[in-house]
Amino acid sequence: MDNRMKSNEPVVIEVNNLNVFYGNFRAVKDVSITIPRNKITAFIGPSGCGKSTMLRSFNRMNELVPSAHVRGKILLDGVDIYEQDIDPVMVRRKVGMVFQKPNPFPKSIFENVAWGAQINGYKGNIDDLVEESLRQAALWDEVKDKLGQSGLSLSGGQQQRLCIARTIAVKPEIILMDEPASALDPIATLRIEELMEKISENYTIIVVTHNMQQAARVSHYTAFFNMDEDRAGYLVEYGNTSSIFTNPAKKLTQDYITGRFG
Amino acid sequence: MDSPLNNKLITESSLFENNTKPRHRTARFWMSIFQISTVIAIIALSALLITIVNNAFGYVIYESDVDPDTLAVNGVAVDDLPKEELMAVLQSNISQGLYRRFEHDMPFEERTREDVLALIYERVIDPKVVTQYSLSDSIFKRSEIVQFAAVEYPKAELIFQSWINWDFVKAPQSGDPLRAGVRTAVFGSLWTILFAVLLAFPIGVGAAIYLQEYADDNWINRIIQTNINNLAGVPSIIYGILGLAIFVRLLEKITSGAFLGVVDPTTANGRTILSAGLTLGLLILPTIIINAQEAIKAVPSSLKQASYGLGATRWQTVWHHVLPNALPGIMTGTILAISRAIGETAPLVVVGASTFITIDPNGPFSKFTTLPIQIYQWTSRPQDLFRNIAAAAILVLLMMLLSLNASAILLRNRFSNRN
Repeated sequence: MDNRMKSNEPVVIEVNNLNVFYGNFRAVKDVSITIPRNKITAFIGPSGCGKSTMLRSFNRMNELVPSAHVRGKILLDGVDIYEQDIDPVMVRRKVGMVFQKPNPFPKSIFENVAWGAQINGYKGNIDDLVEESLRQAALWDEVKDKLGQSGLSLSGGQQQRLCIARTIAVKPEIILMDEPASALDPIATLRIEELMEKISENYTIIVVTHNMQQAARVSHYTAFFNMDEDRAGYLVEYGNTSSIFTNPAKKLTQDYITGRFG
Repeated sequence: MDSPLNNKLITESSLFENNTKPRHRTARFWMSIFQISTVIAIIALSALLITIVNNAFGYVIYESDVDPDTLAVNGVAVDDLPKEELMAVLQSNISQGLYRRFEHDMPFEERTREDVLALIYERVIDPKVVTQYSLSDSIFKRSEIVQFAAVEYPKAELIFQSWINWDFVKAPQSGDPLRAGVRTAVFGSLWTILFAVLLAFPIGVGAAIYLQEYADDNWINRIIQTNINNLAGVPSIIYGILGLAIFVRLLEKITSGAFLGVVDPTTANGRTILSAGLTLGLLILPTIIINAQEAIKAVPSSLKQASYGLGATRWQTVWHHVLPNALPGIMTGTILAISRAIGETAPLVVVGASTFITIDPNGPFSKFTTLPIQIYQWTSRPQDLFRNIAAAAILVLLMMLLSLNASAILLRNRFSNRN
């Protein structure tokens, strides 16, 4: 595995020999990777190669599936998030998630953004927080007059930006995005990508995507995963996006990027 | 569908047999079977409804001891007289001893005008039913009845009676079918249902939340789940026996109110509304649990994932997202369970519903009777009149059930629209 990350890049997540199992089935095999702070890292690879499982292990969302368990370490700012005493609730506050299909709560737009902060004990001014989050998500101008309307009354692209706004409202360090634009039309997709670039100044973003052009456009670093014979996912190559796409070290990567498979 | 063009549509006829005609025939056959079943169901329900309605309305020939018209004072009918004149009419038409006894029971100053009027009807006018007719007779043989009444009972009154009326609902139990009403039974039903829901709803919904959201999938929990599913099908009389043994006898100190010192003065035992309510509560508990579980299962997992992703605990996810989303289903299930409980007769007979009480229940420690039990008792009496008032009571019960189901639908719509 070739980790061609710049050695002076500050690292926020360090993964050591991660294996993720669903019961007896190994979905992710021996992955070691480092994620840089405040940059966009893309996970690409064919279907079923464990990208989403890899992503969800960063905020312990895999645990919602009863048979899932993990071997190996994931260090977030030096702390192993799978250690016994670590509370997954705290991990999920630090590591937010945006899902493939927009899933705003069936509440008003205001409550959608405010709820996460409120249950986490936010002590400041909620109205300011909601406005700030919606501005960062490039949604404020479109919804500022209808904060009381249901979140479900927005279009698909707006709903996804609302989901990003509510994730930002909890003030995480890292935002995981699982194919955030795959359910949206091209114009909404472009807006999401612009949004990702804008907020990556303040947040670390890890995005799983099937769309290689998107990965090439948006991310600073790219990790290419593949599936081996036991259908376990492993990391093939990882590095600076431009090098991965213009000068990949492995033939497998080259084949995938040029569309020979996947 | 028989156009010859159909064959032109299919070109490779060698691989497939042309079986469209038999397929359509089979389809039509099954459709008619289903239509026939629907028609049979409608006929059965209509027969039920018609029988009940038939007995609840009809002509009645009343013969009175004293014609009410003769009691009119200065041309004012007795129904409209003020209280003092009514008292005078009463006094002049009954014996002194009887009047003194009424005064002794409750002084006339304290009685209302309606009380005195009721006494006049009961003691002076005393209408007795000579014959009554069903609704179908009243409609189709009307002229015969009118003629018969005029010839045989010239001094009697022929009235078209609706056995179900407001007085019927408001009047308490009575041995005389003309004066009997369902008030005690309706209150008894409502009180027992209240306690049943107070017990079963929180426990049922809580159990459902635990089983769906918190419990692991191990063998213990699977046994518990199977048991709950089976309990929903246990015959209700068994719940009655359980209620008798535990609530009425074992926990008599609690259910009779002895531990609070508020015992019913007439019986002082465990055959109270509290026992009945607890028994019914146990009866509907498995149904509520299963319905609530289904409603909670139907909450989309994307909603829960969004909640967890923001750093919510399991309880916060359940309380803020799962429960509000599952609420319409839970409420519908609960109201349907209540509808079933209102009609339960056997277990409440075992638990000790009173056969004849005239005082309204006024708390959890009173004696009680319920509407289905009342109906059952009236249908087992020999006099014809009881059949009529039993039919009227059945109509009252049906109306209670209809309004419960309607409120279930309304509640469900209101909560779904909010989402």
